[in-house]
Amino acid sequence: MNGLSVRLQQVARQIPAGATVLDVGCSDGQLLAHLRDSKGVDGRGIELDPERVARAVGRGLSVVQGDATHDLAAFPDQSVDYAILSETLQAMDAPRKVLAELVRIGRRAVVAFPNFGHWRVRADLVLKGRMPVTRTLPVSWYETENIHFCTIDDFRALADDMALRIEAQAFLSGEQPISAWPNLRADHALFILSR
Amino acid sequence: MSPSIAHQTLRLAHDLPLDSGQLLPRPTVAYETLGTLDADRSNAILICHALTGDQYVGTDHPLTGKPGWWTRMVGPGRPIDPARHFIICSNVIGGCMGSEGPASPHPEDGKPWGLRFPVVTIADMVRAQAGLIDALGIDTLLAVVGGSMGGMQALQWATSYPQRVRSVLAIATAARHSAQNIAFHEVGRQAIMADPKWKAGAYAPGNGPANGLAVARMAAHITYLSEEGLTAKFGRHLQQGTEKRFGFDADFQVESYLRHQGMSFVDRFDANAYLYITRALDYFDLAEGYGGKLADAFAATRARFCVISFDSDWLYPTAEARRIVQALVAAGRHASFVELASPFGHDAFLLDTPGLNDVIDGFLKAVEQNA
Repeated sequence: MNGLSVRLQQVARQIPAGATVLDVGCSDGQLLAHLRDSKGVDGRGIELDPERVARAVGRGLSVVQGDATHDLAAFPDQSVDYAILSETLQAMDAPRKVLAELVRIGRRAVVAFPNFGHWRVRADLVLKGRMPVTRTLPVSWYETENIHFCTIDDFRALADDMALRIEAQAFLSGEQPISAWPNLRADHALFILSR
Repeated sequence: MSPSIAHQTLRLAHDLPLDSGQLLPRPTVAYETLGTLDADRSNAILICHALTGDQYVGTDHPLTGKPGWWTRMVGPGRPIDPARHFIICSNVIGGCMGSEGPASPHPEDGKPWGLRFPVVTIADMVRAQAGLIDALGIDTLLAVVGGSMGGMQALQWATSYPQRVRSVLAIATAARHSAQNIAFHEVGRQAIMADPKWKAGAYAPGNGPANGLAVARMAAHITYLSEEGLTAKFGRHLQQGTEKRFGFDADFQVESYLRHQGMSFVDRFDANAYLYITRALDYFDLAEGYGGKLADAFAATRARFCVISFDSDWLYPTAEARRIVQALVAAGRHASFVELASPFGHDAFLLDTPGLNDVIDGFLKAVEQNA
């Protein structure tokens, strides 16, 4: 419909019209452009890769080149309605620190990530004794940017440990929304958190 | 220096108050415009030039005959397009291409100002530009755009006139001059002042300290390039094959190149103007009036900002651009920042650098759509 993947559509659905948004790891700004054009969302982004930043700025988006570990510090407290971290939590050097920054900068944080507790992942480990290569995790362990995998239950435990409130959650198996047994059945998870 | 060229000029209707506390009596501002101001006066873009640039941004230079200094960015089908934009570029005050500067006649005795010319700052240059914009009947600028010293003026515009600037494009620039920046400028100034023909700035027109100015230009020119770029272009190549001449003529190609840069520069630039403009750069520190907090300098701004740096630029390195961007972010401004890859050092902003035109084009079009 809008060129967005199912997963990005799931993120986009969480953002109300007219909201202010910071998209951390915004790539070439596809989500921000969609939110701007369809919902009048006032967006900003941060992205590590200069070519993606250049494409995002070329789309008229306010995107700064930087990395989440160091460059989020400049953003003021509670300065946007939603701080989004989509598909990048597991690639962060310090996911806990980044999560703390998200709920500091955003009144709410939207975090979406691949679930390492999915049954296919478990099956690969248990039956083959190998690191999984799946739909959502298509790259071998030695090449992957994903250095901090977690399961849905791991993430919940972290949120609990950080005293964050889980305001909403949504799970996907492939393109299908699911709700039962997500830690086993969902290959993708989304949480909305606040302090 | 050829004073006989007729530049398009405007004499400001008022005396110009300067940061030093002095008053510059009704200065002349030389400028060029391209394109047409639209009916609601919303398509004006001010381009600010760098240290040795001038107002001839998009048309052939009357002195050198070379194309305008930024025709890669400005012109038909370019991001800044006279078919769409009303483009203004003015020579800075303190300069030597028709705007009031040390080579201009003093209003009282008609002789060159020389060192009687007051020291000006980047903010003073911007104040003079605002006078020009007023006279052109423009209230709000669609964009203020500049590289290097031009980028400093663009940032200054946003803080000096927050209501009048819709967007700022600051390229290969910094919000302050570093100790290293000042140090290189001081070498250039000392080269000029050590030339006996400088005569404490009171040299006759056409008989200035050409050797000193050429050396100043040579030293500065090195800072505009990168080691990688110099190596690629010249390496250790000799002027004459492989035969060393065992003397002090320009034996290496890079020496010959620098000498040429120096000598051709003196034909188009005034030595005193070089002193004044480098001084203006050295005094630049946008955070100075805000207790050193750059974010506070941007607190009242309303423009959208786009900051661009180049990975091989060591004159105004990416770290300085990042400092600007972090301050903008902290101030809650809409800011974009990208570091582009180029082997050509600081001069990359004037060259065909991949991504540069696309970023600027996209940024400007987005500002235009958010009317």
